[in-house]
Amino acid sequence: MDTPILEMRNITKEFPGVRALNNVSFRVAKGEIHCLVGENGAGKSTLMKVLSGVWPYGSYTGDIYLDGELQTFRHVTDSEKAGIGIIYQELALVPELSVYENIFLGHEISNGVTVDWNETIKRANEMLARVRLDVNPATKIKDLGVGKQQLVEIAKALNRNVKLLILDEPTAALNDDDSANLLQLLREQKAHGVTCIMISHKLREVMAIADTVTILRDGQTVCTLDAHKGEVTEQVMIRHMVGREIDNVYPPRVGHRPGDEVVFEVKDWNAYDPRLGRQVLKQVNLKIRKGEIVGLAGLMGAGRTELALSLFGNFPHYEISGEIYVQGKPVKFSHPRDAIENGVAYLTEDRKGNGLILIQDVKQNISLANLKTLANRGIVDANAEIKVANEYRASLNIKTPSVAQKVINLSGGNQQKVCLGKWLFVKPNILILDEPTRGIDVGAKYEIYTIMNRLVQEGMSIIMISSELPEILGMSDRIYVVSEGRITGELPVEEANQEIIMQMATN
Amino acid sequence: MFFKSLQKLLKENIREYGMYIALFVIMLIFTITTDGIFISSRNISNLLNQTGYIAVLAVGMTLVIVIRHIDLSVGFLAGFLGAVAAIALAFWNLPVYVVIPLVLVLGVVAGLFTAFPIAQLKVPAFVASLAGWLIYRGALLLVTAGTGTIIIADETFNAIGNGFIPDIPGLENFLPGVHKLTLLLGLVAIALYVVSQFRDRRKKLSYNFETLPMNMFIAKLVFISVLLALITWVLAGYNGLSWTVVIVLLVVGIYHFVTTQTVLGRHIYAVGGNPEAAELSGISVKKITYVVFGSMGMLAGLSGILFASRLRSATVTAGTLFEMDAIAAAYIGGVSAAGGVGNVMGSLIGALVTMSLTSGMNLMNIDIAYQYIVRGAVLLAAVIFDVTTRSRGR
Ligand SMILES: Nc1ncnc2c1ncn2[C@@H]1O[C@H](COP(=O)(O)OP(=O)(O)OP(=O)(O)O)[C@@H](O)[C@H]1O
Ligand SMILES: [Mg+2]
Repeated sequence: MDTPILEMRNITKEFPGVRALNNVSFRVAKGEIHCLVGENGAGKSTLMKVLSGVWPYGSYTGDIYLDGELQTFRHVTDSEKAGIGIIYQELALVPELSVYENIFLGHEISNGVTVDWNETIKRANEMLARVRLDVNPATKIKDLGVGKQQLVEIAKALNRNVKLLILDEPTAALNDDDSANLLQLLREQKAHGVTCIMISHKLREVMAIADTVTILRDGQTVCTLDAHKGEVTEQVMIRHMVGREIDNVYPPRVGHRPGDEVVFEVKDWNAYDPRLGRQVLKQVNLKIRKGEIVGLAGLMGAGRTELALSLFGNFPHYEISGEIYVQGKPVKFSHPRDAIENGVAYLTEDRKGNGLILIQDVKQNISLANLKTLANRGIVDANAEIKVANEYRASLNIKTPSVAQKVINLSGGNQQKVCLGKWLFVKPNILILDEPTRGIDVGAKYEIYTIMNRLVQEGMSIIMISSELPEILGMSDRIYVVSEGRITGELPVEEANQEIIMQMATN
Repeated sequence: MFFKSLQKLLKENIREYGMYIALFVIMLIFTITTDGIFISSRNISNLLNQTGYIAVLAVGMTLVIVIRHIDLSVGFLAGFLGAVAAIALAFWNLPVYVVIPLVLVLGVVAGLFTAFPIAQLKVPAFVASLAGWLIYRGALLLVTAGTGTIIIADETFNAIGNGFIPDIPGLENFLPGVHKLTLLLGLVAIALYVVSQFRDRRKKLSYNFETLPMNMFIAKLVFISVLLALITWVLAGYNGLSWTVVIVLLVVGIYHFVTTQTVLGRHIYAVGGNPEAAELSGISVKKITYVVFGSMGMLAGLSGILFASRLRSATVTAGTLFEMDAIAAAYIGGVSAAGGVGNVMGSLIGALVTMSLTSGMNLMNIDIAYQYIVRGAVLLAAVIFDVTTRSRGR
């Protein structure tokens, strides 16, 4: 057998209170696409950070061999020199700079003094062609959608002649088309001789693209599956990841029907964005009944998040018109606080950007939106806070050594659960969930769906924004389709299927 | 074994303990270079009184920086409000009990005034407060234009910056030359500290939170207690606690309590940690901005009072560069410009560090030019230390 391009032997990495990696061994053969899967907090990102030198040599135990040679990376630049490129889930592009400036950031083509912009743009165009991205290289990054930004990241990595490309959940924020495009690109790079490691929670993608799959669980390698021997199936992966079978990804709500009482109603909702000079929301009308899950389907950028934010009282510069009724009473929300006080909660889609306070700990994040109930005359009852946080930690199964752990140290999926905990603690009647399962593993998804079912059974009403149609179809009672800021369709789940929704979403 | 774990503890918490160590080293150096004059009761007492007007500003500035802003106007605001106090006392003949609240309220108003463009119109705080810096400088020149330095005759007012707390009556023969009330207060403080630390530890243990190993915990207790005892003893050997120190301790105590124990404090740190997330959690970032700048203005008023009282007069240049000292103190004390990090205790230590440098170098007769350079270097070192220890992470 050939020497593998990468071999990691007996890697152990500890953080205070957590053993994130426990004697992990990991082999990647030359020229393959190797997927790394596992539950949230299994240690996937940590393993890749060890590999790329984010956690430097000496901060872990075990050995890393690249092409059979022992490596001791002390910094990310060391691994870059060795031909490793890593793309984190949080993109590392400079929004205000152009595409070509980003591609060559830190590796400018220069004669020692000045940058050769002509050559830069020429080479940038070549790289863009290689990732099949058809944009003007002078476009600023902030004017591109996430899908295209992701491609720029890849172009940036390829430009450095990587042999081994690592992608940490590259498709988590992409829609189906962009994801398919990205996967196709990875196949092409494989043909160019680039080896890829991809982390993903989307098992279908993994099945479509992987040559080999390694499964991590609780910081240990469970097994390695060979796709060419037909070992990679959804069931097998789930069983190894979670330790049990999950045959129905969307748990049924047995014996539960939504009530008739309309608890939340929106009439003729319009929003005008003076900065863009256009109408972002047009004549939106919505109704949610007690105990109902309503899905908001649509393409990315259809205006669902804008709709949710404006209903929640957060519209920094929009001009809004329209009416909201909570339990039949007209209300006006001029700040999220008003919405919260009227029993409306909104879980943001961007947990790092505007969901969590990363430098604070789990308990502070959970209590944040409802601190006053834990306080007596303005003084926070620290014991009560810990108790509450521990309750949600248990009921949402948040993996953390203690609720005093900083949220920045949790894995992505567990951060999402902390967000959810924060909003459940507000005890809302109407809960708006914006992409609630983004970056979440199958087991935890199932848990979150089960929690949603429990909540509606207890009488809560849920609006779920999701770009994943199976999720919309699997969880909603009723579906609204949003396209370009207006509602283009409403249908009960029984009458819905992917084709109908896609049709409504695109016209 | 003990030293191994001490080493580990220091390594892991170097960020937190760094400035205490720095303060200790600075004091030690000056004590040696001045043949002990630096650590004399008289000098320490003076040093603390000088620190007062910077320390209160640093406390307010901490919160301003925590919410990712800056306030450059507070130096001349303090100078101006000090002059207002002097005028109210000397020319309007208002009683001191009216003047002090009046000046504090004016401070709050000035702070809200600075906050308005920042909160409402999203004007960068640097610019908004730079405008304030110019305005209050002009205002100070204006009110002192006719008179020049305004002398304050009111002895109650002047006692704030120069007086000491009275001693327990009837104990003149017991420990003569030592301030008994100061001693007593020091002992009470140590007792309270030890008890609260044990309580805290027990609570943390009951929740399985990370705690120091027992020997380290005891070492820390002993270290801090001895330090408190030393300071108490040094102060008691001169005139005892000054009113300035009492006021500073009160301010730091109240702010420490508010920032760590109350909903308001938590909201301030939430806004600093992630303003968007705070806003979407129902916290009004605007309101917090007003509160923090309002408190900053009030403390600028207090700083002006402390300074005017200490000089027994209001001068044309009062407040010059106070804001820079306060900002430096906050950064030395571990505040982060990225927001959401920093505490008022740290800033108090930071103020002590800057003032110790000034005082020590004055005692050594070091030229003022070199003094600035040294202070600049220390600030830079402190911030570099802070940034590097943070990025290394845990
Ligand atoms: N800097 C850190 N400090 C402390 N603990 C950490 C740190 N980084 C990761 N951990 C812990 O290590 C474990 C593994 O985390 P990691 O981010 O590797 O998980 P993951 O498999 O990538 O999960 P996800 O799918 O949710 O992204 C988790 O328990 C996490 O809390
Ligand atoms: Mg991860």
